[in-house]
Formats: sequence, C-alpha cells, structure tokens
Amino acid sequence: MINYFLVFLLFAVGIYGVLVKKNMVKKILGLAIFTYAVNLLWVLVGYKRDGIPPIISKGDLIDKSSLIIKPEVIAGVVDPMPQAIVLTAIVIDLAVLALAVGIALRIYDKTGTFDVTEIKKLKG
Amino acid sequence: MSPQILPLFLAVPLLSAFLFVIYGAIKKDNNGAPADGIFTKTLVILSPLMTVALAVYTFVSTSHLHTNGETSIVYTFGGWRPPLGIVWSLDAFSALLLLVINTLFLMVSIYSLGYIKKFTERHKYYALLNLMAGSMNVMALSGDLFNLFVFLEVASISTYALTAYGLSEDGLEASFKYVLLGSTASSFILIGITIIYAMTGTLNLADASRALADEKIFSSKAVTFAAVLMTAGYALKSGLMPFHSWLPDVHSSAPSPVSAMLSGILIKVAGLYSIARIFFTLAPFSKIEPSILVFLGVLSMLGGVLLALGQWDFKRLLAYHSISQVGYIALGFGLATPLGFIGAIYHLINHAAFKSLLFLNAGSVEYATSTRNLKDMKGLGSKMPVTSWTSLVASMSIAGIPPLNGFWSKLIIIIAAFMSGHYFAGGVATLVSFLTLASFLKVQRYAFWGENNKSEKTTAQSPSPSPKESPLSMTVPMVILALICVGLGVFYPKVRKIFIEPSAAAITNVAGYTDKILGSSK
Repeated sequence: MINYFLVFLLFAVGIYGVLVKKNMVKKILGLAIFTYAVNLLWVLVGYKRDGIPPIISKGDLIDKSSLIIKPEVIAGVVDPMPQAIVLTAIVIDLAVLALAVGIALRIYDKTGTFDVTEIKKLKG
Repeated sequence: MSPQILPLFLAVPLLSAFLFVIYGAIKKDNNGAPADGIFTKTLVILSPLMTVALAVYTFVSTSHLHTNGETSIVYTFGGWRPPLGIVWSLDAFSALLLLVINTLFLMVSIYSLGYIKKFTERHKYYALLNLMAGSMNVMALSGDLFNLFVFLEVASISTYALTAYGLSEDGLEASFKYVLLGSTASSFILIGITIIYAMTGTLNLADASRALADEKIFSSKAVTFAAVLMTAGYALKSGLMPFHSWLPDVHSSAPSPVSAMLSGILIKVAGLYSIARIFFTLAPFSKIEPSILVFLGVLSMLGGVLLALGQWDFKRLLAYHSISQVGYIALGFGLATPLGFIGAIYHLINHAAFKSLLFLNAGSVEYATSTRNLKDMKGLGSKMPVTSWTSLVASMSIAGIPPLNGFWSKLIIIIAAFMSGHYFAGGVATLVSFLTLASFLKVQRYAFWGENNKSEKTTAQSPSPSPKESPLSMTVPMVILALICVGLGVFYPKVRKIFIEPSAAAITNVAGYTDKILGSSK
C-alpha cells in the first residue's frame, strides 16, 4: 500500500512542477516526473514477489502430449501486459517530451526568455 | 462487408504520411527547400479521397446491421480471441463518425492546397494532417482502452505540432500550453485505465464492462476514483468549461484548416465520443456520468457564449462558440434519454459541418486581408461573395435559424431536456441560442455587411491591394460544406432516420455490443 502512496506523491510532485514553476524547463521536468509516476503505477500493478517470466518451456508442462501447464507455474508467472504497456507509454512520453523541449527552444529563440509570466500574448 | 477492410482506415493515412516525409526529404527544388510537385498535390487529394470512399462503402454496407438486429462488425488483430488481443468494432455510431471525419479531412486537405502556399515545409504539414486523421479513425473504431489511449496520444501529438506549425509567437505559446495541459489530461486518463485494469484484469472495453457489472467491484471506491480521473481527462480533451483554457488559444493560433479539424472533429472524437463510448459501456461509470455531463454542459454553454460575446478576434470568437456548442452535445449525452442521444449525435455532426465551415471562412478572410480583427474588416461581402454567403449559411446554422441544421438539433436537445425534467438546463439552452444569434449578427455586421469605405480612406496611407476572393481550392470546400449544412437541415426527417437513430440505438445497446465482441454470455 505504501508503494501506491509514494507513486501518488511522485505524481503530485510532477503536477506541482507543472502548475507552480514559472520556468518552462522546470515545467517540462514536472511533465517528465508525473509521466514517470504513471509508468511506475503500471509496473506496481503488474508486480509479483518472486515472479517468473511468462515464458513456458517444455519442463513446465505436466506431460508433453496434452500441453497442460503445471499449476505452480501458472501461479508463479507475472502478468506480461503491464510491462508491454509501460514500454508503449515510455515511447509516447518520449515523443511528447521531445516536442515540448523543441517548442520551448523555439519560444526562447523568439522571446529570449524561459519565464512563462513574460510570455502572455494570448489572453481574454 | 468483410471486417478486413477496417485496418485500411489507419493504413491509408499512415502510408500517405510516410510517403510525404520521404518525398520531402528526397525531392528538393533549386533553393534546396523541399519541393511539392505533382506527386504531393495528387497524394494530398488521393489519401482523403480513398478514406472517404472507404467510409461511404462501410456506411452503406453496414446500414442494414441495425435493422437485422446485429450490432457491429468486429476485427481482431492477429486473430487473437477478443479478450486477449486488440479488437476494433464498427457499429452505426462508429460508421457515422468515420463518414464525418473523412469528409471533413477531404475538405480540409483541398482547402490546405491553397491556404498553406505561404508556409514552408508543406510536406510535413500534410504528413501531420494525415497522421491526425488516421488516428482519429482508429479512435472511432477501437474497442480496447489502451489502444484508444495510444491513438488519442498520436492525434494529440500531431495536433501539438500542427498548432505550432506557422512558428508564430502565438502559435508556439498556444502549443506549449496545449502540450502541458494535454499531457496532464492524458496522464489522468492513463491512471484511470490503470485502475480499471487493476480491478478487472482486462483492457478490452466489452470485457471490462462485464467484469465491472459484478456487484463487488461495482461499489468499489477505486472505480469511482477512476471515473473521476477519466472524466477530468476527457473533459479537458473536449474543451468543456472548467477545463477549457487551452481551447481558445489553440484554435485561434493554429493555421485555419487545422482549426477546422480541431474544432470540427478532434474535440468530439477524442473527447465526447470517448466519453460516450467508455462511460456508457462501463456500468458503474454510467451511474454517475449523466449528472456530471449535464452540469459541465450547462456551464460550458453559458460560459462559452458569454465569453464569445466580447471577442473581436474572429477565430477566438469562433473558438469560444466551440466551447458553448460542445456544451450542448454534452448536455444531450448527459440527459441519457433516447431523445437526448439523438439530439447530441445530430448536434455533433451539425457542429462538425458549420463550425469547420466558419473556421475555413475565417481563414479565407485572413488570407485576403491578413487580419483576424473584426473591426478592421467591414464590407467584405461585395469583395468576397463566396466567403460571405457561405459564412452567412454557417452563421444561421449555428444560431439555429429554422430549416438549417443547427435549429433541429438544438430543438431536439431542448425538448429532451424539458421532457426529462431538466428545466433549468433547457432554459439555459434556449437563452444561449439567442446569445449565439446576437454574437453572429455582430460577425456578419462587422466583417461582411456594409460599404467598405474604411479601406478607401486608408488607401492613401497604405497602398495595400483591395481584398479579393480566395482561390478555387479554398472556395470549393466552403461551398460543399455550406451545401452539407443546408442538406442536413432541409432533409431533417430522412437524416434523422438514416444517420442519427441507428447511432443513438448503437450507443445505448451495451448488451449487444459486448455480446458481439465476446460472444453471448448465456
């Protein structure tokens, strides 16, 4: 339970960075932190103590002809789905992060500042 | 119809996007900049034309589904049985959305041929546009929560990039704001999906629907938490009122064809369609969702139109009206009565038609006069007849002048609100309709009507050429969209019977949806 609590704490830290910090780079760091928190949550959901990889070899079958897997193997394997999903999510986060950094650099080229309080052409 | 045709809705735009980038990298003109020869121009039209043809074929060949008692066509990836693999399912609502998305994609692509001429790196623009349209097609089809999330992100990332495409200061600022808010919303949605997965052990929407119907999980606080997170995420994506702050900036700063795509379909497919599909399929969500949607809908309707009244920037005004009109759709879904669903879906396609037309009009005006300020326009009606007339049609549609399409859908939503006892919501919807009319009278009065005497006075100081009508590639999509607006309104009984009622029946038929994907439970 404490693990989940810490994940949400990490998420809150990221959100705090996005909401409160005025520097664009710090905002982007906040973005990175809370996407890590979500990925960590996925890993926790799929975590199993002393789990074994969900790959079935011939020794794990009860007998070779019937293709039935031993029950202790089934009880021991981890769920592969969260791991596959975290990989996909990390790739998506990378794309978002790269784009955000690119845009921030372009804004710096145009305005000469990373401070969002000085960039406020759009309002009303 | 064979389900094997469904992946083409993604494959065609994805391949086109790939070809655009490759072609732009290989083929250079004399200055070393990427050239757009006959190949690019053909592909710009060909790719959406193919998806439109596919969408029309799909719609026509599945129109019998509803009457036959069947609900959907299911495509499974890699042949894995539905709860295991990724599944796409096509029902009447998805087919209608595919038709809307791809028609608008075609119009915007044709319009872009003329509009994007003044920008560089055009092949990247077209690649991103194709990516966006393709991923929206997937969102309309997908029956898997994580698949839905991935393509929501693909559509969002291409939108972030397209908003900043002109590299103007406005565009970059809006894009940065949108990246931060959009990614936060996506993370909220992903946490919601995580919780659903942890509770049910499945990502398949139909399977999760069955698992969540179980009494023990149904009353769990974690599911309510997931519902709240996902509501916040999707409400931000659809620009509903407390989460709207990115929308006016992004819609007014993006290039006009992109604004048309964003306002016309992205906020509906990524936002409201996903809300309707996920939340009405998952039983515990559908318990709490209607009242939230009614509240958000009323707030957005009123707030959006009040903020729009004070705007002088043409596109910013339209963006605030998008918030207001999305409120109508949310209210229709929130009523959760059959008539409410019909009104919401009807307003969804109507808004796609008239709001994207208005954004294309605004782009045309900006193209001719290089201003978005309504005070600087005046009397463009005689100079730009096509833009003026089509915008008049669109303005009357959005304001709800009878026989045009906006009138019917608003009328249905208001009647549905009163019939289900939401008197306050119905009253607000009526009031907002009048305020919308006032706001668009202002647009017509300042931009198009009257004599253009102001420019005659100023010609002495600034010898800028007098504005003239946009090129053919920009006027043709506007005329077609105006005809669609008129057609959707004038043929109301037929439209409602053919397009709207099967979709409304499909979204409420949850048992049919899950049975078709997973096989009958008995």
